[in-house]
Amino acid sequence: MRVLKLSKKDEKKLYDVLNKFGEVWAPVPKGSRYVYDKIEKKEDLVSYNEFVRTILPIKKFLMPQDFNILNLSPSKFETPKVDIPTRVIVGVPPCEIHALNILDKFYTTDFVDNYYMERREKVIIIGKSSLPDEYLFSHKTNTSIVEEGYDLFFIDLGDYYLVWVGSEKGDDIVRLGSDIFSEDVPVDVAHDFVAYREKRRKAFTKHIDLEGVTDLMELMYDADFWDEFGEKCLSCGQCTMVCPTCTCFNVIDELELNKDEGHRRRYWDSCMFKDYSLVAGQHNFRESRAERLKLWYTHKLKAFIGHFGSPSCVGCGRCIITCPVEINVETVVEKLKG
Amino acid sequence: MKYEYKKEPELYTPIMMRIISKRDLTPDVRFFQTVPKEEFKHLDLDYKPGQFMMLSLYGSGEAPFSISSSPTRKGIFEFAIRKTGKITNKIFELKDGDQLGLRGPFGNGFPIEKMLGKDIVIVAGGLGAAPLRSLLLYILDNRELFGRLIYLYGAKNPQEMLYRPDFFEMLESDQLELHLTVDKGNEGFEDKIEEGMVTHLFKYVNDIDPKNTIACVCGPPVMYKFVVNEILKYNLEKHNILVNLERRMKCGTGKCGHCIIDYRYTCIDGPVFTYWDVIHMRELI
Ligand SMILES: Cc1cc2nc3c(=O)[nH]c(=O)nc-3n(C[C@H](O)[C@H](O)[C@H](O)COP(=O)(O)OP(=O)(O)OC[C@H]3O[C@@H](n4cnc5c(N)ncnc54)[C@H](O)[C@@H]3O)c2cc1C
Ligand code: SF4
Ligand code: SF4
Ligand code: FES
Repeated sequence: MRVLKLSKKDEKKLYDVLNKFGEVWAPVPKGSRYVYDKIEKKEDLVSYNEFVRTILPIKKFLMPQDFNILNLSPSKFETPKVDIPTRVIVGVPPCEIHALNILDKFYTTDFVDNYYMERREKVIIIGKSSLPDEYLFSHKTNTSIVEEGYDLFFIDLGDYYLVWVGSEKGDDIVRLGSDIFSEDVPVDVAHDFVAYREKRRKAFTKHIDLEGVTDLMELMYDADFWDEFGEKCLSCGQCTMVCPTCTCFNVIDELELNKDEGHRRRYWDSCMFKDYSLVAGQHNFRESRAERLKLWYTHKLKAFIGHFGSPSCVGCGRCIITCPVEINVETVVEKLKG
Repeated sequence: MKYEYKKEPELYTPIMMRIISKRDLTPDVRFFQTVPKEEFKHLDLDYKPGQFMMLSLYGSGEAPFSISSSPTRKGIFEFAIRKTGKITNKIFELKDGDQLGLRGPFGNGFPIEKMLGKDIVIVAGGLGAAPLRSLLLYILDNRELFGRLIYLYGAKNPQEMLYRPDFFEMLESDQLELHLTVDKGNEGFEDKIEEGMVTHLFKYVNDIDPKNTIACVCGPPVMYKFVVNEILKYNLEKHNILVNLERRMKCGTGKCGHCIIDYRYTCIDGPVFTYWDVIHMRELI
């Protein structure tokens, strides 16, 4: 793997290089949180020292919250031709890159989802490591360090960044920006790097111990705390919307007024919504909120292992911050471990 | 990206089909025969008994329906559709020549390879006869590839019995051991249809070789427990008992999440599951 250096004095020039490959998107502050937004000027591309947790994860670029998947007419169903811009997404944290790897696997297993792939091919990931905040627990989900899934990955080592090249696209970028990316990486950077790793490792404060939870999910399936959580849950679906590995969607058809045409829309859905599992004859397999919570946590902590070999929680902490009634991976694991 | 993948054609874009004929099977179940609008598409569409298609109707949306025809009779796609809500109401308004969209086939279907050479016991309840018809016709068209064929079918009453004339005809056949029953009201059909639950037909199921028999069950959720219990009495192995499960579906491709049971996608790992699979699922029926 290639590793290069980018000096901080050249950081401002990065925007122009990236902009040659596509629109530049990066986290920008919004209230007390961040959102991914399009960066129009090079001054606006800011690198933050703290851990940046956007309200919505990067899944929104790959599977839009609501979009048209088919144009409908009485005699034809057609995939709409859309121009998807190439987006260079800057400042993506490791846990989100892990989430992206999970999404990639999910959307290419069994059937390859053409809507996802169309967008996936148009996304360039510039990852960045930073020190964890009080909610991040990716060290406990084995997602705090990335080995693949990015095009470039930046590690801040004081006056410069170490830049890992993770793909051909990434290589194209550093070639085009050869005046700012330096091949001169002396061996002593290894010291700085090891020191940084160590500092970062020690900086994690949220220790959610996921060891053994898959078995506990099984054993505690009928535990009372599920009903207590069920009582509290508002079925608002926020937890699923913000979770970087939640993928459920719904599909509906809409017709244009007074015209013989319409659209089929796909939009984010949540297994926390009541009508999620209704089948013929109004038979609902998961009538109660407790049942729906169990499904979600089974899926996050256990079920995904069966399908894809690892749990689908990447430790981003979003559900901890988001759920208005404090039902989240932390409180569920606390109860499981009694 | 990390994963190698093969580009697929537009997975969610239905091809247009034309209705060539229809008839009522029961007061609220109608049988539809469809063919692709563009003739060359006939050859592209292969499927297995037990698979389903996503059917799209302009203005109403999309829903899953089992293929009721057999791949041994290629070219025509047949469905038995119960009128129950938004899309199915609209489907009932369709006339011959009208168009609808289809994509698929989806789901695992019956494990035909595993069933070859075996004795087959099929137990159908109500609308369960729709997907099971595909299997039934497949076996009848390849009769020499299978052992005994026992078919038990239960419906609420004779009017609710799908494909009743076809079944009456098959009662005369030596190709299968067929037994029919209705919950109530067999008046006028006493010689052909019994009265009682479908479980009550098991008295005709004798001399079963448990090592060489595969059972297939499809019907309303309430039926499974009772029927499977009967089958277990013959000492069949649990992975040789197959059940069809139904869940809400929005994609058929393992992506929308709606059909998940525990950790399985009904649209990918099912709709045909072994009883052994199902025992491990918390939220069965
Ligand atoms: C694998 C599979 C095979 C099926 N095969 C057949 C078949 O051969 N013949 C047949 O008549 N029906 C079949 N169904 C059921 C059929 O899909 C539903 O009856 C249909 O979706 C109802 O659509 P609707 O718009 O008319 O009803 P809606 O107006 O949507 O609702 C009517 C009722 O059906 C429920 N429902 C909605 N969507 C589904 C769904 N996808 N699956 C189950 N229930 C749903 C609703 O909760 C409601 O109770 C199958 C379902 C599955 C999953
Ligand atoms: S379950 Fe919570 S912590 Fe885990 S990935 Fe989803 S939102 Fe992040
Ligand atoms: S767990 Fe929390 S965030 Fe999720 S639906 Fe319930 S109340 Fe909303
Ligand atoms: S129908 Fe969408 S995941 Fe099975």
